[in-house]
Amino acid sequence: MPLSPRAGSGYPKRMVLDIRDLTVSRGGIPVLEGVSFELAPGHALALRGPNGSGKTTLLRTIAGLQPPHSGSISGAGERIAYAAHSDGLKAMMTVRENLAFWASVFGETDISTALRDFDLDRLDDRLAGALSAGQKRRLGLARLMVTGRPVWVLDEPTVSLDAASVALFAAAVRRHLQAGGSALMATHIDLGIPEAQGLDVTPFKAAPRAAAHDEAFL
Amino acid sequence: MIALLLRDLRLAVRAGGGFGLGLAFFLIVTVLVPLGVGPQTALLARIAPGVLWIGALLACLLSLDRIFALDREDGSLDLLATAPLPMEGIAFVKALAHWITTGLPLVAAAPLLGVLLNLPTPGYLWLLVSLALGTPALSVIGTFGAALTVGLKRGGLLLSLLVLPLYVPTLIFGAEAARRGAEGMDVQTPLLMLAGISAGAVALLPFASAAVLRINLR
Repeated sequence: MPLSPRAGSGYPKRMVLDIRDLTVSRGGIPVLEGVSFELAPGHALALRGPNGSGKTTLLRTIAGLQPPHSGSISGAGERIAYAAHSDGLKAMMTVRENLAFWASVFGETDISTALRDFDLDRLDDRLAGALSAGQKRRLGLARLMVTGRPVWVLDEPTVSLDAASVALFAAAVRRHLQAGGSALMATHIDLGIPEAQGLDVTPFKAAPRAAAHDEAFL
Repeated sequence: MIALLLRDLRLAVRAGGGFGLGLAFFLIVTVLVPLGVGPQTALLARIAPGVLWIGALLACLLSLDRIFALDREDGSLDLLATAPLPMEGIAFVKALAHWITTGLPLVAAAPLLGVLLNLPTPGYLWLLVSLALGTPALSVIGTFGAALTVGLKRGGLLLSLLVLPLYVPTLIFGAEAARRGAEGMDVQTPLLMLAGISAGAVALLPFASAAVLRINLR
């Protein structure tokens, strides 16, 4: 597949995602502290670490779904396209309807590119509930392409994908990087994206401490 | 926001969407009450406005837990929260979609079911008016309750208990307006109170729902 960026798909603002001394907490208890990194346009960063090490919490904090415990995040907010473990698909809507809905939420119109890049053309009239797990995942990842947002924040994007689909995904990420986007991924496998750097979150593990009893509600 | 409204309406009328649920429940209540009370037309005519209002309120309550729970389960709610829609707008659109799929059919069906309860002729107009003014409040208050319980599995019981006391003022003034209408008395005061409750709830509660949703998404 050609890796040249498509015409008109470059992202205008070349901002850097800058994470400084970030502490993230789950239920009021810090799980990772002192996390700092920069993610410049055209770059990808793969977060690694064992299950339960706080990768998902870190990604949810960066995506703005929960406030940071301390530290700063800049260059995030409305520039983030977030993809979690669940794909946000409606079983009773077709592939095309699902994708078109997310495109219009994000103010975009073109969904044919995303359908083609994730090999969903022939499935576009099928109900999302009738897709296989891997096909659902591909549809969930195709959603990223219709957001038009430059920073992809992906939580274990390759779960239930076969080798061919992982290659489709890697090609889509590389095109996104070449168009000036960036990607932050939590992953356990090698995605075959040579531009991606790795970051092990284990050294940032927060020392165990008790949370104030009402912290979860603040 | 319009895309979200259209998606919710589309989902509601497809299989498993629960469009007819409230309507069917309303029908069951109003069919069973005359059978239980017996063939006393004068008594039925007296209790008709109250029974119709209680039936509509319970029918509304029945479908509340679907408002956010389904989106929460499939991950759509997280993705919507990171989309460029304000959370307040999401809460408002969800309430509006609930009103269109539940409240509006109840308003339309109430005059037909009034026949079963021997509702006096002058009462039909005021029953229709009071339901049309009151059901938006039921939907908006219910959306707030659904937002409060969105993180809970099988939170329907808690949701009902939380929402019922908040429904009481709407029920009192709505049923009072319908009763006075049926008896040919002046309906202005209860209707004004009812309209005030609806207007206040629609104006304020989407903000409360949004704040609660943000906390529940953490």
